[in-house]
Amino acid sequence: MNNPTPTPQVPPWAAEANCKTAFVRGMRVAFRVPGAVLFATSIGYGALARDGGFELAQALLIASMIYALPAQVIFVDQVARGAGLVTAAFLVTLTAIRFVPMTVSLMPYLRTGPRRTWQLFAASHFIAVTTWIEASRALPALPSDLRLPHFFGIGIGILFCAIAGTTAGFHASALVPEVISATLLFMTPLYFILSLCGAARVRSDYLAILLGCMLGPLFYQITPGFDLLAAGLIGGTIAHLVRRRGP
Amino acid sequence: MTATTTGLASYLIIIGVALLAHEPWRWLGAYLGHTLSPDDEIFLWVRAVSTALVAGLVMRLVLYPAGVLEASPLAMRLAGFAIGVGGYFALGRNLLLGILVGCIAFGAGLGIWPIITSGV
Repeated sequence: MNNPTPTPQVPPWAAEANCKTAFVRGMRVAFRVPGAVLFATSIGYGALARDGGFELAQALLIASMIYALPAQVIFVDQVARGAGLVTAAFLVTLTAIRFVPMTVSLMPYLRTGPRRTWQLFAASHFIAVTTWIEASRALPALPSDLRLPHFFGIGIGILFCAIAGTTAGFHASALVPEVISATLLFMTPLYFILSLCGAARVRSDYLAILLGCMLGPLFYQITPGFDLLAAGLIGGTIAHLVRRRGP
Repeated sequence: MTATTTGLASYLIIIGVALLAHEPWRWLGAYLGHTLSPDDEIFLWVRAVSTALVAGLVMRLVLYPAGVLEASPLAMRLAGFAIGVGGYFALGRNLLLGILVGCIAFGAGLGIWPIITSGV
């Protein structure tokens, strides 16, 4: 007995849209809250990279190739502290394991329209927490043929914000007082949690959020490195079982 | 690699780390997910797992941050977080207002904290 999931409303623009409009609409995310938050938090990353002795080109290449703020920060931080490349790469790979369930959960939307397999793998590069949240919210409401182009738009729009924010932070790091840079970094967790609440449709979604919040810190103490995966698997499974049992 | 490595060598190292240590997990997800449909039971489960996982990441960022945030008092981070979430629901689930309220509370608290603790 599953609780029925309310069907999301098709946005008005999607009624007569083609792939190109869906792509451009996706890129507009750069000018909305997710883009603003990523721009602001990338400022912190840009400043950190400069502090660590990186060149701007290197910082931008890391941001584009890794495309996940936590891993970027860990990599830059580790290298700046003189850790070996293997250690840094190992920590980066631990933070990336979370992309397995996140990518799996977006694929059903991305694969429904006309697409080639390589396009799905290319699209997976743009899966990060910000784009995952935005896509989980936006894609289900779209006609199936518009989903993949819309997601590429979201991914590239957010990439522009990351590049702009990193560049700004790299050049402004010495100018901004610490209170401001700390506040900019503080936007990230707040944006993530409020977006999760916004995407929650049934009560068990809130349960998954709550359990993740409680189990995350617990497993951070017990199994650092695998804390997110453990909190996700256990918290998510409990929430899912509760949902299945109803009411 | 050290931060002093420059030029082409450093770019190749960065690309190598990204492709070998980070990207394969996305490819694995794309491979595992490409036969799934949104109606599958297992999809609802994976979605719940991802949601709990991101929530765990949020708490890690708040409780055990890196960089500049590490120096801020824990109480201030928790207060800013609670005010942001509370503000979001109190102000009609407005994402932008929630973030603004939480960040302003956090930034203002951080600004006056040294004044309070210095006993002036």
